[in-house]
Amino acid sequence: MPNYILSTSRQMAKRHAREKRFKWYGRIAIFISIAFLVFMFSAIIFRGASAFQQTKISLDINFSESILDPSSSRDPDLLKRANYKPIVVESLLSVIPEVTERRDRNRLYKLLSTGAVFDLGEKVADDPSILGKSKKVWLLASSEVDLFMKGKIDPNVSEDLRRLKDRDIEWIEILKSEGRIKKKFNKTLFTNGDSREPEMAGILGAAIGSFFSLLVCFLIAFPLGILTAVYLEEYAKKNFITDFIEVNINNLAAVPSIVFGLLGLSIFLNFFHLPRSTPLVGGIVLALMTLPTIIIASRSILRSIPQSIRDAALGLGASKTQTTFHHVVPLAMPGMLTGTILGMARALGETAPLLMIGMVAFIVDIPKGVTDVATSLPVQIFLWADSPEKGFVERTSAAIMVLLAFLILMNICAVYLRKRLERRW
Amino acid sequence: MIIETKTSQAIQSNTPTIMTANNVDVFYGKKQAICNVSLNIPENQITALIGPSGCGKSTFLRCFNRMNDTINICRVSGEIKFSGQNIYDPKVDVVALRSRIGMVFQKANPFPKSIFENVAYGPRIHGLAESKDELESIVIRSLKRAGLYDEVSDRLSEPGTSLSGGQQQRLCIARAIAVDPQVILMDEPCSALDPIATAIIEDLMETMKEKYTIVIVTHSMQQAARVSQQTAFFHLGELVESGDTQAIFTNPIQERTQNYISGRIG
Amino acid sequence: MIENHIVASFDNDMSKLESLFQEMGDIVLVQLKDATRALRKEDRDLAKKVVKGDKQLNELERDLNDLAIKILALRQPFAIDLRYVLTTLKSAGHLERMGDLTRNMAQRTRTIAKAEAETGPIETLIRMSKLVQGMTETILEAYKSRDGELAKKVRAQDEKVDMAHNSLFRELVTYMMEDASNISACMHVLFIAKNIERMGDNIADIAKEIIYMTTGDWPEGKRAKSDKTSKIIFS
Repeated sequence: MPNYILSTSRQMAKRHAREKRFKWYGRIAIFISIAFLVFMFSAIIFRGASAFQQTKISLDINFSESILDPSSSRDPDLLKRANYKPIVVESLLSVIPEVTERRDRNRLYKLLSTGAVFDLGEKVADDPSILGKSKKVWLLASSEVDLFMKGKIDPNVSEDLRRLKDRDIEWIEILKSEGRIKKKFNKTLFTNGDSREPEMAGILGAAIGSFFSLLVCFLIAFPLGILTAVYLEEYAKKNFITDFIEVNINNLAAVPSIVFGLLGLSIFLNFFHLPRSTPLVGGIVLALMTLPTIIIASRSILRSIPQSIRDAALGLGASKTQTTFHHVVPLAMPGMLTGTILGMARALGETAPLLMIGMVAFIVDIPKGVTDVATSLPVQIFLWADSPEKGFVERTSAAIMVLLAFLILMNICAVYLRKRLERRW
Repeated sequence: MIIETKTSQAIQSNTPTIMTANNVDVFYGKKQAICNVSLNIPENQITALIGPSGCGKSTFLRCFNRMNDTINICRVSGEIKFSGQNIYDPKVDVVALRSRIGMVFQKANPFPKSIFENVAYGPRIHGLAESKDELESIVIRSLKRAGLYDEVSDRLSEPGTSLSGGQQQRLCIARAIAVDPQVILMDEPCSALDPIATAIIEDLMETMKEKYTIVIVTHSMQQAARVSQQTAFFHLGELVESGDTQAIFTNPIQERTQNYISGRIG
Repeated sequence: MIENHIVASFDNDMSKLESLFQEMGDIVLVQLKDATRALRKEDRDLAKKVVKGDKQLNELERDLNDLAIKILALRQPFAIDLRYVLTTLKSAGHLERMGDLTRNMAQRTRTIAKAEAETGPIETLIRMSKLVQGMTETILEAYKSRDGELAKKVRAQDEKVDMAHNSLFRELVTYMMEDASNISACMHVLFIAKNIERMGDNIADIAKEIIYMTTGDWPEGKRAKSDKTSKIIFS
């Protein structure tokens, strides 16, 4: 038997060694990438996990009708704006009676979040029958208390260097001993809009804003992109003009996204006077940005449909339009949808163009339509990352986790769709 | 140039001609693929176009149903008459033409739909069926005429691509038949099939010619000899000789034809 | 065949077929020459050689048959190749028949020598045989060069053989009528004459095959069949 086919020969050994080395290069590269990924996720989760819990203080509140609704009007607006501070303070004092001084009482009251009274107001306005009764309510604690409970404030540091003073800590310990202070699941993160107070800040506004922006983007980019790709690939004559267009589309896909923001600013806002900072304009800008991606992906899918399908349809006497829309497009749709979803996922994470059109403002209200002022999730993250309050640190990471979860979900959808709808021909 | 054997003239004086090509030239850009070809296609007969690779027989075949229109750089001049009317007349509706002249391709290309849908597509877009029942009967009739019904009657909703190669090709034939054409063009339909599947389709062609006219391009001389009544030999874009199949294969007139069919030139 | 087949082994098979046929033809010619000389010189040893030599011819015909079938089955020849194989096959059969007739002739030589036949009729036989030899040479040449015109000429020459046969027939009948003791010798001479006449017919058939091979059409009309012996009655 010739020597070169035996596995013990020198040539074989060298070849095997080379292959082995190459395989190990690949494995090491994958390992390093996964390590970085794990490191990044761990850092984010480590920092953000605590944001999913929020400290609440339970108090027995006496909903005194005389203070809250002296005229017994049961008007929801009046009930919301009534003065709840006295009854809260009263309840606090019942737990920690030794606080006598006015200044100290104010300090005690500050253990609660400034938004706690608003929550009370909402509660009473929803259910006025509670007036005149006494009830145990869990109220939102302030950010400092929350941070202390999460172990993010070091009590050993000198009192001058922290906002939470020793006396506050004493009171917290008392509440703890009575089981009146606990960390509960942080619903507000998901139900509130942005706020100055970290404990009140939520991502709902930004999430809805992102949703509306993406909706507008999809409604514009998807049909336009698909039909453009179909036209350019199936109908347009191949000549200098179409080549020129193709080159331009390819280039547009590589243009920095902030340029699209500038376009949005100068044309949509300054020329057409569309409402600033709205998902409408945001969506249009994102659509312009995503269009080249969708067109390029769709064209490449259309190109991969074998000519035999078109020939078969044409040979039967189908017109060009029938051939394209009955056969070619349905076959290409899974690929085109995948490309669109990936384009959308990119658009979800875009910040720069939205900054240019003003979606960087501090928006508290949840937007109800595409013409309401809004912000988007990445912008929200950017704003929170910039905030000085310590409570925003964990929230930033939590918001990043939510954004990443959406991105991963969208990518999984794309993969699933592609696998499921793949056709063999 | 047309060189016809004397027996071919005898055939053609008896059978009517359904298609005629007169002085047809085909250009791909500047390159001429077909030079001045004239050929009669007799009705209800099988005409075979043979010749070496690149001789233009497929190009010529595609002229008959104007499939060459889909290629931008392809230009056809000359006259091709179908039932007396020039099919390259600007007033002719290509879509309607292709429902009269069907085509079966080299590699079976069923749509990635169910068997039923494959056959039903043609009648549907041409509005040949008024009701669902009528459509169904057209589909079943076409599958029967293509000799496929018995094999697939219990699985009409399964994808067309789940069939074997020979069955897929018969499905494509059924699909072409469903629009009730008069002429069926076949471009090397058996070249991707095994001998048994080929034989089944050749036998099918025998029965089909009673209702349809068939023009088949084949690179197998044995197949042309087996199935056709008229054979036309193409070489370098020219029609060298055409005539009765038996005469061509036992005693051709042109030396080029002789050399090709006896395996002396390729 | 001006150009060669693309598949060289096809050419090899065809050449082999041709050489087998040529070989058969050469043997037939030699056999006929020998049988004729044996007849004239009354050489019994030569006659025996001729009789034995027929075996080789039969074997060659078998080989040629096998090769022709092989070519038909494996090569699927068309047009001129098909006509060539078929006509060679059939013509080989005619050659083999001629070989049998020659052997028959040689077998009768001994008997004729014993019977001491008149030399007159023998001379006519020799003349007929020479004619047929000439025809055989020419037809083999026509086959080799695929010459249809030459084959036509050969076909026409059969008339002379037939006419010689006619006159010999008359002559022998006369002899037999003159002297009854001549009858057995004359009968043998007659059979030999018939054999030679049949050889001529066989060559004419080979000529017909060659015409079909080269033109693709069977020669039209009956050739001049001048064998009138079936119509001769002496009363």
